[in-house]
Amino acid sequence: MNRFAELLDRLAYEPGRNNKLRLITNYFRAVEDPDRGYALAALTGALSFKHAKPGLIRDLIAARTDPVLFALSYDYVGDLSETVALMWPKREVNQNESFPGYHTGGTDDGPQTHNLHNNPPPPTLTEVVTTLRTLGKTELPKQLARWLDELDETGRWALLKLVTGAMRIGISARLAKTAAGALGDKDPHEIELLWPGLAPPYLDLFAWLEGHGEKPVNRDPAPFRPVMLAHAIEDTDFTGLDASDYIAEWKWDGIRVQAVSGRDERGNMQMRLYSRSGEDITKSFPDLLPSLRLAGTIDGELLVLRDGRVQTFNVLQQRLNRKLVSPKLMKDYPIHLRAYDLLADNESDLRELPFAERRARLETFVKKLDDARIDLSSTIPFDNWDALKAARADPAGAGAGEDAEAVEGVMLKRRDAPYLPGRPKGQWWKWKRDPHVIDAVLMYAQRGHGKRSSYYSDYTFGVWTSGEDGEQLVPVGKAYFGFTDEELVQIDRFVRRNTTEKFGPVRHVVHEPNQGLVLEVAFEGLARSPRHKSGVAMRFPRINRLRWDKPPREADRLETLRQILKTESTAAGSH
Amino acid sequence: MPAPAGLCCKPGGFHIDPVRPVERAVITHGHSDHARPGHGAVLATQETLDMMRLRYGDNFAAATQAIRYGEEIRLGDVTVKFHPAGHVLGSAQIAVSCKDTCIVASGDYKDAPDPTCAPFEVVSCDVFITEATFGLPVFRHGDAADEVNKLLASVALFPERAHLVGAYSLGKAQRVIALLRAAGYDAPVYLHGAMEKITRYYESRGVALGDLRPVKGMKKADLAGTITLAPPTAISDIWTRRFPDPVTAFASGWMRVRARARQRGVELPLVISDHADWDGLTATIGATGAGEVWVTHGQEDALVHWCKTRGLSARPLDLVGYGDEDDSETLPAGEDTEA
Repeated sequence: MNRFAELLDRLAYEPGRNNKLRLITNYFRAVEDPDRGYALAALTGALSFKHAKPGLIRDLIAARTDPVLFALSYDYVGDLSETVALMWPKREVNQNESFPGYHTGGTDDGPQTHNLHNNPPPPTLTEVVTTLRTLGKTELPKQLARWLDELDETGRWALLKLVTGAMRIGISARLAKTAAGALGDKDPHEIELLWPGLAPPYLDLFAWLEGHGEKPVNRDPAPFRPVMLAHAIEDTDFTGLDASDYIAEWKWDGIRVQAVSGRDERGNMQMRLYSRSGEDITKSFPDLLPSLRLAGTIDGELLVLRDGRVQTFNVLQQRLNRKLVSPKLMKDYPIHLRAYDLLADNESDLRELPFAERRARLETFVKKLDDARIDLSSTIPFDNWDALKAARADPAGAGAGEDAEAVEGVMLKRRDAPYLPGRPKGQWWKWKRDPHVIDAVLMYAQRGHGKRSSYYSDYTFGVWTSGEDGEQLVPVGKAYFGFTDEELVQIDRFVRRNTTEKFGPVRHVVHEPNQGLVLEVAFEGLARSPRHKSGVAMRFPRINRLRWDKPPREADRLETLRQILKTESTAAGSH
Repeated sequence: MPAPAGLCCKPGGFHIDPVRPVERAVITHGHSDHARPGHGAVLATQETLDMMRLRYGDNFAAATQAIRYGEEIRLGDVTVKFHPAGHVLGSAQIAVSCKDTCIVASGDYKDAPDPTCAPFEVVSCDVFITEATFGLPVFRHGDAADEVNKLLASVALFPERAHLVGAYSLGKAQRVIALLRAAGYDAPVYLHGAMEKITRYYESRGVALGDLRPVKGMKKADLAGTITLAPPTAISDIWTRRFPDPVTAFASGWMRVRARARQRGVELPLVISDHADWDGLTATIGATGAGEVWVTHGQEDALVHWCKTRGLSARPLDLVGYGDEDDSETLPAGEDTEA
C-alpha cells in the first residue's frame, strides 16, 4: 500500500503527461505481482466494491479526536480524507517517543530511531483490495480503523481515496494502460485490444509485457479494434493528390464510436459501444443496443437526431458522461449511429480490404439491418478539388441539407486504403470548415503548469458590451493554446509589464479602449451558458493570432457572438 | 508584557524580537521577522549578530553584545539566559528570571534533529511562550531524511531534468544540503545567488556542506540531473527558465497540506520544517512544566484549546509582525527575489 500511496501522491502533483507515464511505468517495474495489477485496476477504474461513505469516516475520526481540534483542522485543510489522514492519532507510542525529539544532536541518532509507524506491517494493496471485496458493511469501520493505524499519512490518504472511490488524480484509464504497455515496449492499442478479456490482477498481462509469458488471448465476442484516424489537410497537400483516388464524406460533429456485435460461446449476442480510444461506453447508450442485432463492427458517428434532423454537438453533449440514463433523457435526446465503415461482417475481418470494397459491404450491411437508428454516411460527389471546396463551403447546398450545421467539414478517404490503426500518412484526410473568428481583448492571465509554470499562458479574454457604466468588456472565454512558443514569450512579457492587479497566480492585465492586447480567437461553436456572465460559452477556443496592430476599442462586441449563437440554435432547434 | 513593538520586559528594560526600533532589543534568531535593524542595543548570540550584519550591514544597531548558550546576564531587575532553540544556526530561547518566576520566550523552535544547529533544549519554567506556526494536529512532519530520499528518487527517475528545491535561504537551505550529504549524495549542489552569502557563513561556522557551486553562469544542458536550491519566490518565476524541464520541489512544513503545495504549483513537496510540529509543540509544552502558556504567531486557537484541555492556563498573544518565513510575501523586498 505504501508504494501505491507514494505513486498516487506523486501523480497528484505531476502535471506532465510523459512524466506521469514514467512514474507509473517505473512503479510497475519496481513492484511485484499481484500488487501492481491491483494498482493498474485502481488506476483504470476496474475495481468495484461498495465504497465507504464520508459519514463513516467522520464517525471514525470523531471517536478518536477532540471535536474542536478536528473542526479547526478540517477548516484549514478543506478535504475530509486528507484531514483524517493527517490527524489520525498514532495508536500507541513507545516510551522513548512520548516526548519526541530530545536528541542530543543530529549525529548520534542512529538509523531511523524515530520511525513513527506502528508495529504491525502496513497492509499491502492486494490485502486492501481483496479484503474490501468480501467485507460486510458492519465489519468495514473496524477494518478501516485497523488499516489507518498501520499506515503513515500518505498511506492513509491513499487508502481513504481508494475506499471512498474518489481518486481524482487526473489519470485516465488510457494513460495507465499506456504506462503498462511501456513495460514491454507495447503500443497501448495492443493492450486496448486485449483489455476486455483481462481481469485484475492481470498476471498474464504483466508476464507477457515482461517477456516471460504468452500473449493473452482476448476471447471477448465483441472486441474493440483500434481506430483509424485522419490527418488535417493543408492547402499545400492537394498538389500531390488526385481527386479520382478519393471518396469524400461529410465530417459529422458528433462522437466517433465503434459499435460491435458478436456471439459468445453460448450463442448469445453481445453488443458493445466503444469510444475511439477503446473505452467501453455501452452503458451510456442502452437505447442504441437493440439496433446492433447483426454480428459485425461498425465505425461511425454518434449523433442525436430529432425528427430525422441531426442536432449540433451542444445537444449531443447532454448524453455524454452520464452514469444514469433516464427514460426521459433517451426520449428527449434520441441517439443515432451514422455508419462510416465496416471493419467486420459477421465473423470475417474486413480491415485488409480497400475502402471502396468495405464501403460496398457497409451499404449492404446497413440495408440488411434496416433500422431507423442506424443510417449510412452519404458520400459527396465531386470531380475535382474545386468542386469539393465549394461543397465544403456550402454543405447545405451540396447534399447535407438541413443537417448542414452539424457538419464539421469533409473527410477524404483513399479508395484503396485498408483500415489501418492510428494515423497512417496519406490515407485519410480531414478538411474542417473554417472556424469562427473574433477579436477579443486580453483581460486576465494565469500561470501555466509544469514546463509553463514560469509563463502566463492561460488567457481570459472579453468583448465589448454596453453596461450600466457605459462600454465595458465582458469575459467570454479562456484559451491556453494556439500560439507559438515565440508568441507565448511575447504575451508573457506583455502581461508582466501591463499588470494592474495580482491575485495569487492570476494577473489582471490592462484592458482599456486604447490600451491592451487584442487576441484573434478562433472557436468551433457557441453554446448558451447561464454560468458565464456573458451568457455564452465557446467550444474549443484557441488563440489564432496576436493583433498588436489593433487598439482594444476596435475588438468585437457581444452582439456579434449573440448573432452567431442565434444562427447556430435556429439550425439546431427543432424544439 | 505584549506591547505594540513586540514582547516587552519592563523590569529588565528590553524588548524581545521587537518589530519596531527600540532602545534595547534581545533577539532570538536571525530570521528577518524577528531580527530587524535600527535598534539601540542588541543582545543575541554571535551567529545571530553575524547574520544581521550580513543582511543589514555593519550599522544595523548602535551597539551589540554577544551571549553564549548557557550564559547568564543581568539586565535591570532580571536575569536572562540563552538556550538553544534548534530552529536555525544561533537560534535561542530566552529565559527571563525575576525573583522566583521564570518566563521562557522560545522564539521559533523545533525539537527534530538538525545537523546544522545546536539541538533544542527543554528549559523548565513557569510561563512558556511558544510559537504556533504548525499548531494544528494535521501537521506532523515525520522524518526529514525520508523526504530527502524522495527528492533523490526523483533525481534518479528524471536524470534529464533539473531539480529545483525552494527553501528559505537562512537555515532551511543549509539543512536540506546537510540532509542530502547525510543521505550519501556527494555531487555538487547548486545555489541561487541570494543564498550564497548565508550558506558560506554556515560553512565558516563549521557546518560542512560539501561541494557547493553558484548556478549562475551554468549552461542549461549541464544542469540536467542536478539539484539547485533557491529561495521560495524564485522557483516559480522567470529565473527557472535557465533550467532544463525543471521539477519544482519545495521544502517546508506547509507541504503537508496538499492545497498549500498545489497553490504554489509545487510538483515535489518535501515536508521539511524548521518549526516544531503539533506533536513537538505539545510535547515541549508538557516537558517545560509550565503552568501557563502564551501562544504567539500561527494557529493559536488550536494550541490554546489543547492547553486548556490539559488544565494549563493559556492565552494567545496576538502579536503582529511575525510571519512564517516560507511565506515569502512577508519578506522585505529584495531579500529573496534578486537573482
